[in-house]
Amino acid sequence: MSERVDVDRRGFLKCMAWTGTGLLWSVSGGVLSSRPIGAGAAEAAESPGAPATFSFAQISDTHIGFKGEANRDSMATFEAAVARIRALDPKPAFLIHTGDITHTQKAGSFDIAREGLRSAGVERTFWVPGEHDVYADGGAEYLERFATGRPGRGWQSFDHGGVHFVGLVNVLTYKAGGLGNLGAEQLEWLERDVAGLSSSTPIVVFAHVPLWAVYPQWGWVTDDAAQALGYLRRFGSVTVLNGHIHQIMQKVEGNVTFHTARSTAFPQPAPGAAPSSGPMKVPAETLRDVLGIREVTYAPGRDRLAVVDASLA
Amino acid sequence: MSASRRMLATIVAIAVLLPTSGRVARAQDAGARIEIKAHGFGVPELTVPLGTTVTWINHDDDPHTVTSTANVFRSPGLDTDETWAYTFTRPGTYEYFCTLHPLMTGKVIVRSGS
Repeated sequence: MSERVDVDRRGFLKCMAWTGTGLLWSVSGGVLSSRPIGAGAAEAAESPGAPATFSFAQISDTHIGFKGEANRDSMATFEAAVARIRALDPKPAFLIHTGDITHTQKAGSFDIAREGLRSAGVERTFWVPGEHDVYADGGAEYLERFATGRPGRGWQSFDHGGVHFVGLVNVLTYKAGGLGNLGAEQLEWLERDVAGLSSSTPIVVFAHVPLWAVYPQWGWVTDDAAQALGYLRRFGSVTVLNGHIHQIMQKVEGNVTFHTARSTAFPQPAPGAAPSSGPMKVPAETLRDVLGIREVTYAPGRDRLAVVDASLA
Repeated sequence: MSASRRMLATIVAIAVLLPTSGRVARAQDAGARIEIKAHGFGVPELTVPLGTTVTWINHDDDPHTVTSTANVFRSPGLDTDETWAYTFTRPGTYEYFCTLHPLMTGKVIVRSGS
């Protein structure tokens, strides 16, 4: 790839990241609109009295056990994130954790994450793994703790308030030279899972590695995501929530809106902006500006979900 | 900089200066080291005599693994500054990668002759 093309792409993605910061995004028929984050999610829903209006929170890339230069006290920022969730008003119906729960699968790390999120005062957390949660043992501990009774290797779906949620696993089949991957078994399951749904059902998909090609040179892509998205194309509203890249980016493709989330542990560089995608060191006083959580609100009768990212600052 | 670090730097410098991406370990080497830095194996292709012990050391803030694609060897996760060593007792070509960052790949070629 020529340097010029690389820079153009990098500049474009940087711009995408920048425009998302501190704004409430909503999408209708593929058109994005935004307002300052202070406007609040409840207001965005525009029907605060409707019983089925609900919100949920996304937390990602907690990397329990991280002690690197990019954040010497990742427990403190994790706890700050939990406090942010605890303070959300209205209270989220549930939490989703989009993976890299632990940094290196050290003993006790999963327990710290689970206990920490329990103290957020939210009834239930739905988990998907990141590669840091499965690399040491092929996913044995994760699957035993978080995915018992599920089909296949931990993927899941559930319904809440008229929205169909799908949790996909794209980190279990990493091969040399490879990328995030869903695999044939999971893709077949997904096709069956959504086959009986009306096309007007809002869909929320969550998975660790982005389901769009953010930056393949760093492996920030799921190589068979197009097939999964093919099964979702007929739906009027599809929201895809990912982690993995420790920064906010959005993309709209037809009725599908993609969002990547911040980490609670450390930021990563914009695509191509550093020699590698490893943890990025920022001045201590700005660290909490680039870490955060996300609140997503659904209001019945509206095909768009309001996505609000909140930093830990 | 300690003497050992200076030596490591020299080894890396020599590896970088070689005309190809490979490095040939001499028979009198006690062993060979591969530095992991910026999501890469410092010597992506290393040729060693039979019986050589190769040590990998991780300088990144991210953990990495050294995992044989043919399941011959598999390191645990190497956190920052952790090392892992493997002694090659059979000739052949050993390709490996990092299970956390599968775009990180390397190769050790083990020669039977001295």
